[in-house]
Amino acid sequence: MESVGVEGVANEVRTAFESGKTRSLAWRRSQLKALQRLLYEEEEGMFRALKEDLGKHQAEAYRDEVGILIKSVNYALENLKKWTTPRRVHIPLLAFPTRGELVPEPLGVVLVFASWNFPIGLSLEPLIGAIAAGNAIVLKPSELAPASCNFIAKSVSKYLDNMLVKVVRGGPDVGQKLLEQKWDKIFFTGSSRVARIVMAAAAKHLTPVAVELGGKSPAIFDSLGSARDRKVAVERIAGAKWVPCSGQVCIGVDYVLVEEQYAPVLIDQLKATLEKFYPRFDCLSRIINEQHFQRLSNLIKDPSVAATIIHGGSLDSETLFIEPTILLDPPLDAEIMNEEIFGPLLPIITLKKIEDSIEFIRARPKPLVIYAFTKDEKLKSRITAETSSGSLTFNDTMIQFACDELPFGGVGGSGFGQYHGKFSFDLFSHTKAVLRRSFLLEFTFRYPPWDAWKLPFMRSIYHFDYVSLLLRVLGLKRS
Amino acid sequence: MENGAEKEAVGEGFDGARAAVLVAGLRRGFASGRTRSYEWRAAQLKGIARMIDDKEAEIMAALHDDLAKPHMESYLHEISLAKAACTFALKEMKRWMKPEKVPTSITTFPSSAEIVSEPLGVVLVISAWNYPFLLSIDPVIGAIAAGNAVALKPSEVAPATSSLFATILPKYTDNSFVKVVEGSIPETTALLEQKWDKIFYTGNGKVGRIVMTAAAKHLTPVALELGGKCPVLVDSNVNVKVATKRIAVGKWGCNNGQACVSPDYILTTKSFAPTLVDAMKKTLEKFYGKDPLESPDLSRIVNANHFRRLTSLLDDEKVSGTIVYGGQQDEKRLKIAPTLLLDVPHDSLIMKEEIFGPLLPIITFNEVEDCLDFINLKAKPLAAYLFTKDKRLEERFVKTVSAGGMLINDTALHLANPHLPFGGVGESGIGAYHGKFSFDSFSHKKAVLSRGFGGEAPARYPPYTPQKQKILRGLINGSIVALLVAILGWPRD
Repeated sequence: MESVGVEGVANEVRTAFESGKTRSLAWRRSQLKALQRLLYEEEEGMFRALKEDLGKHQAEAYRDEVGILIKSVNYALENLKKWTTPRRVHIPLLAFPTRGELVPEPLGVVLVFASWNFPIGLSLEPLIGAIAAGNAIVLKPSELAPASCNFIAKSVSKYLDNMLVKVVRGGPDVGQKLLEQKWDKIFFTGSSRVARIVMAAAAKHLTPVAVELGGKSPAIFDSLGSARDRKVAVERIAGAKWVPCSGQVCIGVDYVLVEEQYAPVLIDQLKATLEKFYPRFDCLSRIINEQHFQRLSNLIKDPSVAATIIHGGSLDSETLFIEPTILLDPPLDAEIMNEEIFGPLLPIITLKKIEDSIEFIRARPKPLVIYAFTKDEKLKSRITAETSSGSLTFNDTMIQFACDELPFGGVGGSGFGQYHGKFSFDLFSHTKAVLRRSFLLEFTFRYPPWDAWKLPFMRSIYHFDYVSLLLRVLGLKRS
Repeated sequence: MENGAEKEAVGEGFDGARAAVLVAGLRRGFASGRTRSYEWRAAQLKGIARMIDDKEAEIMAALHDDLAKPHMESYLHEISLAKAACTFALKEMKRWMKPEKVPTSITTFPSSAEIVSEPLGVVLVISAWNYPFLLSIDPVIGAIAAGNAVALKPSEVAPATSSLFATILPKYTDNSFVKVVEGSIPETTALLEQKWDKIFYTGNGKVGRIVMTAAAKHLTPVALELGGKCPVLVDSNVNVKVATKRIAVGKWGCNNGQACVSPDYILTTKSFAPTLVDAMKKTLEKFYGKDPLESPDLSRIVNANHFRRLTSLLDDEKVSGTIVYGGQQDEKRLKIAPTLLLDVPHDSLIMKEEIFGPLLPIITFNEVEDCLDFINLKAKPLAAYLFTKDKRLEERFVKTVSAGGMLINDTALHLANPHLPFGGVGESGIGAYHGKFSFDSFSHKKAVLSRGFGGEAPARYPPYTPQKQKILRGLINGSIVALLVAILGWPRD
């Protein structure tokens, strides 16, 4: 799409927003209901697109994208009235009787960039919040997932308001042209490198941004006592490494921290789990494209890293398949331990004591999520208090993503801005403070000329010292 | 107390290298965990409250030096608000620091969840010159309440207040974690090159863009408290005496119009304008006498640059010809009197840029409707004001005008209320603060979910049989049956 095309789209959407159509609850509800229909009626189409782009099994597609979207849109519809109702605020200042409320209003026209790993989920989830908040939207899905991109363009055009919700397809050049326009908010999911470009472009227009990035999300694996609990824990870790999109997931387990003495037990259980989950590999997603395949193979090319592979390691560049791979204590200065892996390679790092994991994590950029498998309440408290991450989940993985009541987003290197549930609504709203006064009850000491006698009155008011104020008003108290 | 490092930071020659040392020191300090305890935060806030009490006279003197600010204004708009922010934070901080329990759904049953507030880490506060005391200390109070280490860069355009901060703040707070850096563009640039966990900037849109561009290099979240042209729409059904008093105190009673929430211009109907102008003239004479340049109740213009900026707005004959009151100037004392202009051309500079001074244009239209349209053609302001008794107009105003905040039948008051978020939208800014909003602005809200090992759902994992897929659908959609089936560990492997 040429620049005139992008500019034209942006202008069209803005004009449409200014008509005021998105403000009504009816419009928002109709769009959310249309999304509901889209998700039910176009299920096959979504499964096909995700299979084509990433080799995703339809169960995975439902669990991680379609099902989540259905849940989110239902939640938004249930809560729309509550979210859009202004909230009364307590106003204590006696001398200036006022009524206060917080009125949410749409920011205007928002630009959403989605990434390729959950190409449908990460496109439509921000859309839900933006629509609920009454905005018009331009969505740019990732061109690296072309089937999903086309699906989104076709189905958004079929089900949603074409003037107010638009999809723009293309690569980085189109992204660049979009960034030259003025938006009221930009929501970006992707890498830090591109996020910097987005935020710098947004700065020219003072456009607020939310950037959902990634990082190296660790799983701390403490001794759990029972073999059954260990099995459950390891399945959950596997469930956050290979099961979603072959590890190409921002909230996946990047690496595991375990005490030396328990490493063998962990490794055995991991191998058993992999055998159970993958008797064949048809349930495993593939790597998105050659570039990422190369990137991942390079991570294990280094001989000092390759030497630490204890399971898996096979690659097929034609099918873009990488076998679930486990590494035991690769060198900490190797790239695999410094870049977000975003693939099916799992390093296990052993420590003398499990408590050392806190220091290990703190020495590195703040991740999107920290997972910790432990029953030790003291360790839990220490991890909560001494580490920082977007989210923290104990004894499970991935599932915090499905919680509408919890904010989802990063901190530090993993990004800023949170969404899901009401947090989405708030992210795409401006909360306007509105104070109302009447013309009754005037206090002249508020106005110039500020003679000496007025100051003590103001002091009383500002200290909420109503008794003194009353005495002053009655003339029974002077300075 | 690291007095050595502190001295290094303040004063001449503060370049990128020194800024890096400053930030590294703050990071080490923050990593020690000292700032996270309630006791540390409360001690700092108590120190600041004591500082405000002990040094009230010095603060007022500095504000008078910088802005000829009348003592009443210094007390009302800076000192008492700063003190109130401290007191409010001290009162509420324990509650703010407590994790917030949130309900969980069937999808994650059984589990418990909470949202834990944690400090972002090391934050930079860049302040403005017009309320140089308040706009420095207010965000610092929020940053400390949230448990951060903070560097403050007061505005060099208010040098007496800046230097006062550099002297007294270290005495009343733990200056390993609370630093003051004085300076102008080079020092600010050096600070902006560093990696911070948040940058809080108060000032204008031009520098706001520079701050955000610098922040983008490190993906640092920002809060920008900017300005804009705050309109006042005056309807004809008002108590005009009270309305003009409230407008006047929000305009000239706030640093002589040099405030981000000052009424910038008035909109009213052609038929009501004469009444309004008349009442405004009477109010102004009552407030400031026949010779306003001599009134001790008016701040001066902050410096020669801004004086020239303001007077040049009147250079255009088409503008100066519309002056209906005031217009007196004294370049030596940097004083400009409250000035009313009636129907300046809409495309004049005075109607394009934020005035930030004692000039008040009154624009008239035939209908109130047209006034609303006019407001919406301009960039979103920090505040918008409406004077009316007509409830329907009030509702329309609230629904259709977007601004940081709004007041009906008064001006400027909203920033005194710690229960209201104070901040802009669009060109007027990003983020909000005051009260708990300050605490939140400098915090990360960490989602913490805790599960046990029961309630396992084999349906989550491959190989994906049709039965598993059915259960999965039910689980995600909150079906109790699906949950029960999952809890029973079905299907078994």
